[in-house]
Amino acid sequence: MNDPDSGQRPLKSLLRFNTCGSVDDGKSTLIGRLLFESKALFDDQLAALESDSKKVGTRPGELDFALLLDGLSAEREQGITIDVSYRFFSTEKRTFIVADTPGHEQYTRNMVTGASTADLSVILVDAQKGVLTQTRRHSFLVSLLGIRRVVLVVNKMDLVEFSETVFARIEEDYRRFAELIELTDVTCIPICAVNGDNVIAHSAATPWYSGPTLMGFLDRVPIDEQRLHKKPFRMPVQWVNRPNANFRGFAGTVVAGVIKPGDAVRVQPSGRVSRVARIVTQGGDLPQAVVEQSITLTLTDEIDVSRGDLFAAADGPAEVANQFEGTIVWMSEAPLLRGRSYLMKIGTKTATATISPIKHKINVNTLEKVPASKLELNEIGVCNLELDRTIAFDPYRENRDTGGFILIDRLSNDTVGAGMLHFALRRAQNVHWQAIDVNKAARALLKGQKPCVLWYTGLSGAGKSAIANLVDKQLHAMNRHSYLLDGDNVRHGLNKDLGFTAADRVENIRRIAEVAKLMIDAGLIVSTAFISPFRAERQMARSLLEPGEFIEVFVDTPLEIAEQRDPKGLYKKARSGELKNFTGIDSPYERPEDPELRIDTTITSPEEAANIVVAVLRKRGILETD
Amino acid sequence: MALTHLERLEAESIQIMREVVAESARPVMLYSIGKDSSVMLHLAQKAFYPAIPPFPLLHVDTTFKFREMYEMRERMAAESGMELIVYKNPEALAQGINPFTHGSAVHTDVWKTQGLRQALDKYGFDAAFGGARRDEEKSRAKERIFSFRTAQHRWDPKTQRPELWKLYNTRKHKGESIRVFPLSNWTELDVWQYIDAERIPVVPLYFSKERPIVERDGALIMVDDERLPLRPQEKPAMLRVRFRTLGCYPLTGAVESSADSVPAIVEEMLKARTSEREGRVIDHDAPASMEQKKQEGYF
Repeated sequence: MNDPDSGQRPLKSLLRFNTCGSVDDGKSTLIGRLLFESKALFDDQLAALESDSKKVGTRPGELDFALLLDGLSAEREQGITIDVSYRFFSTEKRTFIVADTPGHEQYTRNMVTGASTADLSVILVDAQKGVLTQTRRHSFLVSLLGIRRVVLVVNKMDLVEFSETVFARIEEDYRRFAELIELTDVTCIPICAVNGDNVIAHSAATPWYSGPTLMGFLDRVPIDEQRLHKKPFRMPVQWVNRPNANFRGFAGTVVAGVIKPGDAVRVQPSGRVSRVARIVTQGGDLPQAVVEQSITLTLTDEIDVSRGDLFAAADGPAEVANQFEGTIVWMSEAPLLRGRSYLMKIGTKTATATISPIKHKINVNTLEKVPASKLELNEIGVCNLELDRTIAFDPYRENRDTGGFILIDRLSNDTVGAGMLHFALRRAQNVHWQAIDVNKAARALLKGQKPCVLWYTGLSGAGKSAIANLVDKQLHAMNRHSYLLDGDNVRHGLNKDLGFTAADRVENIRRIAEVAKLMIDAGLIVSTAFISPFRAERQMARSLLEPGEFIEVFVDTPLEIAEQRDPKGLYKKARSGELKNFTGIDSPYERPEDPELRIDTTITSPEEAANIVVAVLRKRGILETD
Repeated sequence: MALTHLERLEAESIQIMREVVAESARPVMLYSIGKDSSVMLHLAQKAFYPAIPPFPLLHVDTTFKFREMYEMRERMAAESGMELIVYKNPEALAQGINPFTHGSAVHTDVWKTQGLRQALDKYGFDAAFGGARRDEEKSRAKERIFSFRTAQHRWDPKTQRPELWKLYNTRKHKGESIRVFPLSNWTELDVWQYIDAERIPVVPLYFSKERPIVERDGALIMVDDERLPLRPQEKPAMLRVRFRTLGCYPLTGAVESSADSVPAIVEEMLKARTSEREGRVIDHDAPASMEQKKQEGYF
């Protein structure tokens, strides 16, 4: 069926770019024009556009190209763009993937997403308005995402009579700013998207302009992947291919450098070295593979390699660390809190990352550094991150794929942030966990008990401290070694610098969890009586400990009853507004979904509850029976 | 050495497929027998070679596909060595749902949308590959490569997860599933150029041939079997036609064409003035109909 003379790959290259501009800069018109001129629009699409333009268009009698890009009915109805959209067109030499992102302030998240895969950015300004705050913000985000090459398209030149002076002033303004944010490769083009001036062909209206047309530029600009060819080899191991006992291949996508059979590779973070035996494909073995190719390698030695490891050139390995500084772009309605832990996906590896201090956030309009204890949706901050394991990485500015990461909320599973690693914190490499000979097991054995934490959680006034206190007394009477960490007491000392904002509550619980962990290491049965209102922190505390060591005791008291009891008079103060951020009143309490033990205090007295807890400890083998 | 655009698209699709296999419990590939499915299957074979792709193929059958499509399906299943699951909605079968008496909207909803949901639930698939492309339709242009569905299979365009770099968040709650579109960034022309370059077999219906055709409501419908009720005055005539997309034969319009080889199709594509979905009856049912279908669980 196929012509025997076919099978020729068309030798086109691929360029990905993103577009950003403020509302009414004519961005949709420009993209519409690029699609139209490159014949990427079909007649039936044009006909549909014509009828849509009549119905809901904003320009009577004209094609409203924006409607072409607003793909969702919600967008068409509201006349806004709410999401990244991807468009495709091609010329003789190249095919293009355009990530189009809306210009509104609230969509930083979308712009960052669109820019993350772009080779270059096209930034639009209106010739009548020049470089605006929004232009600066877009440029900063583009630079943050590691894009160095930018085209500044000065649109609506017809409305300034194609004035060379206007264009020159905007160009100068922009170049001065671009230099500050390390955008090193800037091309400025004067156009009129509505009429097509300097889009495809040079315009007679700008005889003073001798630079490229927009399409001419896009067609000929070198593609950035060349830069990565010269770097040392990197390939995150994505999947281990074991179809039978005789074949063990490692599948992944090359993200830097070149690899050939015989090359020495280092498996990171373990550091073991082997050599590439073959680069296996269905069409036969390859003599080499380069950046962006998805390949399968086999090694000459049987060494331990699994998904999440990084293959690196043996003589040019990546750095290995577990503490970093990085920039985080926050993408979730719920703020990023210091001390909270998230899943971090980098390359093919997933780790747990805890955000230690947020150093500052960045005002994207002024580039000012502002102190912050949390990041809200669409805010950008520089933070320290601590991982639960060691990973191999490169600074993001060296390589997007070994230095870029996403953060995932463990409970909602949403992608809540994206980030870029700057460098490893030196102390990570110098502070090692001191191995101690007398260990947890030895100490516990001596005491005839298994260490654990009884983590009481519930509303203020639920009865946590009362029950915990009774349990502790029983344990003491039984000659057990225990310790009760009480919420109020801890706040008098260890945590006296913390208040009751969500961010401080997270840090409060983090410190308590770490103290409980040390006490467990000392072999104790620890009780903690804190409201601990957030599931994420209780989950964090649980994840610090070994399986079976964390016993969550949900002291379940309805709000009305806790409020009636009000032993410390706090609810009264909260209701009157005297006390802010009070759990149950103006700060949420997230009920445990699957606690080890739930005590309903409406039908159980504190004494009965204590007996139940001790019985559970016996049943779980925490207390050796005498 | 720079990669060509097809090499870059291929590498991206392979990376996506491997990620799904590495992070999902029970993936499946939706196989609809068309050109996009052919390319997707070919990419899967490349991605996992020398292993056979570690997931089954699922065809949600409406019983109204072209006969040549059924032949192709059996051939590809045999050649790939992969398990083929054919699912026919038993309720649709019992009620004899068809496009003639029930209309294209009901036919598509019951056989395809409901059928797909039933099949995914029945086999417990938590990730399903589909061959949809962003250039096909406006709401697709904004869909993620990894598209999440609730336990009720609904798509919510407003809560899509951001996708940055090559990083895909595949985590989901129990009962939720992901639809994954490895060909998101391909265009129709890319698909044909790749079929040409890689010599991928496709259903012969894509190639021009004399076929029995009736013209109905502006569409050229092929009389593929005796189930097509002919209206008074309708008489099948032999026309040189081919199909740009393939679906249920009574709902898929042919185009007059003399392109009888892949290079001729590529040539024709370069001159084409209408989009491929023009021949699809179901897309025109109501404004924004694809977006709504997707929200209800259609691919």
